[in-house]
Amino acid sequence: MRILALESSCDESAVAVYDDGDGLLSHEIYSQIDLHRIYGGVVPELASRDHVRHLLPLVKTALADAKTSPADLDGIAYTAGPGLIGALLTGAALGRSLAFAWKVPAVAVHHLEGHLLAPLLESDPPPFPHLALLVSGGHTMLIDVAEPGRYAVLGETRDDAAGEAFDKSAKLLGLPYPGGPELAKLASGGRASRFAFPRPMLDRAGLEFSFSGLKTAVALAVKDQGREGGLAPETRADIAAGVQEAIVDTLIAKTLRALEQTGYDALVVAGGVGANRLLRERLAAAVARQGARVHYPRIEFCTDNAAMIAVAGMARLKAGKTESPAIRARAQWPLSELST
Amino acid sequence: MKILALDTATEALSVSLALDERQIDRYVELDRGHAELLLPMVEEVLAEGGIALPSLDAIAFGRGPGGFTGVRLAASVVQGLAFGADIGVVPVSNLEAVAYRTAQTAPGVSRILVANDARMREVYWAWYSADGLLVSLDGDERVDAPGAVAVAVPRSGTWAAAGRGLRAWPELAERCRAAGATVHPDLLPRASEVLALARPRVAAGRILDPALALPVYVRDRVAEPAK
Repeated sequence: MRILALESSCDESAVAVYDDGDGLLSHEIYSQIDLHRIYGGVVPELASRDHVRHLLPLVKTALADAKTSPADLDGIAYTAGPGLIGALLTGAALGRSLAFAWKVPAVAVHHLEGHLLAPLLESDPPPFPHLALLVSGGHTMLIDVAEPGRYAVLGETRDDAAGEAFDKSAKLLGLPYPGGPELAKLASGGRASRFAFPRPMLDRAGLEFSFSGLKTAVALAVKDQGREGGLAPETRADIAAGVQEAIVDTLIAKTLRALEQTGYDALVVAGGVGANRLLRERLAAAVARQGARVHYPRIEFCTDNAAMIAVAGMARLKAGKTESPAIRARAQWPLSELST
Repeated sequence: MKILALDTATEALSVSLALDERQIDRYVELDRGHAELLLPMVEEVLAEGGIALPSLDAIAFGRGPGGFTGVRLAASVVQGLAFGADIGVVPVSNLEAVAYRTAQTAPGVSRILVANDARMREVYWAWYSADGLLVSLDGDERVDAPGAVAVAVPRSGTWAAAGRGLRAWPELAERCRAAGATVHPDLLPRASEVLALARPRVAAGRILDPALALPVYVRDRVAEPAK
């Protein structure tokens, strides 16, 4: 079976063609980062305006690269939530209408399920059941993945997501948007030990996260260290390193706790923060000490893409979960509602 | 000529299908839910007409200005249907659709001011010259506060003002009336006018690639750069 998949939940327009026998045949992505940079963050209306210009040309390229004609397709998958509603609707409307015209089933995909199943695209896919750490600009969750389609959230953040903590701290340090990767770059030249930033919730049982206190601590440090002409370069690097270390430490501690609790020996790390090098290195080592293995999607599939939507869409298509001709998208869509 | 037309730029949701000898029209007004209802309505109209998408000559749609989400919905759906059926598209202005409807409603007018509700205390507006049912845009499509709409009395002939912007802003309607206009404050754009305006373009071969089924927003200031 072969499907075409569209992703437009935030600021990436992406399209992929995937075959359950031949694997990923093509994947195209158009990033809007340059468009939003001068606004210091994603402007939802501009994101929607950009998707409607780029999605169909990406569909054409993806089909051509996959040497696939419409007659070869068994379904169309699209991200139906959660995300920016206007942006989601562009992909849902195009995807649903293509399916209508081609008379094939349409599949509405949960964006986070896409992230969770992205490692299935790799040559060494994770076994089921496994634990998943989903870390991005919008989410920080530990999830028990029994099998594709069955997810139980074990813990999540009470306030800011880990990626948000990266981005907000980066903004306080005057780094350009998107701040997370810039902060990681700056941190590589800093000393993490100079500033002791809080590692909230570590002292408490359970698998909840909280990152909102971190930006307050960073704001204080920036103010304390400030002098005429701003922060000294080495201070900025030290603060960046301290922030990164605090976030990574917290993620690892809770993840190890969840592995112990579930007894699983496989961990999937998904979402944009999963591309962070320090997190990858430290987590791999810590998890190995516990006798488990980490499975990552390749770096380019950590951030938003349509290949992961295709994989999740294929699983739903095979399970017969298809859509009526009504075009539907949801800004909020609890992952727990997928399993029912 | 076989043309499908659809419009979701305002609270109206409408689909029209022109076959060689007859036309099928659907029209509802609703606050929300256009996305859920659009394709089922298209499906119903195609079934009633006994025609499949690939047999159409083109798909026309209201390309705006109008509600951002609604205009994008129409554009995205038309991209999908037209690319999927390997046929072309005809984008039609939602202001022109109301001008055409006005020319039908008030025969003989020589000038038409269209003011559609743009929310945010503004109207989308434009002036048209009318010659029978032939309407042509004079100047630009604009978005402004109602008080900034230029009400210029034509030197000769009768004129009309139309569109829900006049219902939303009675003082604008009053200004038009005082300047001698007949006022039609209830007219919304519909797929049937979009279709009528698309006919001569399809006949003339002015059909575009589906990827060019794109919105025209007119209101382009939607964000301020960060300081």
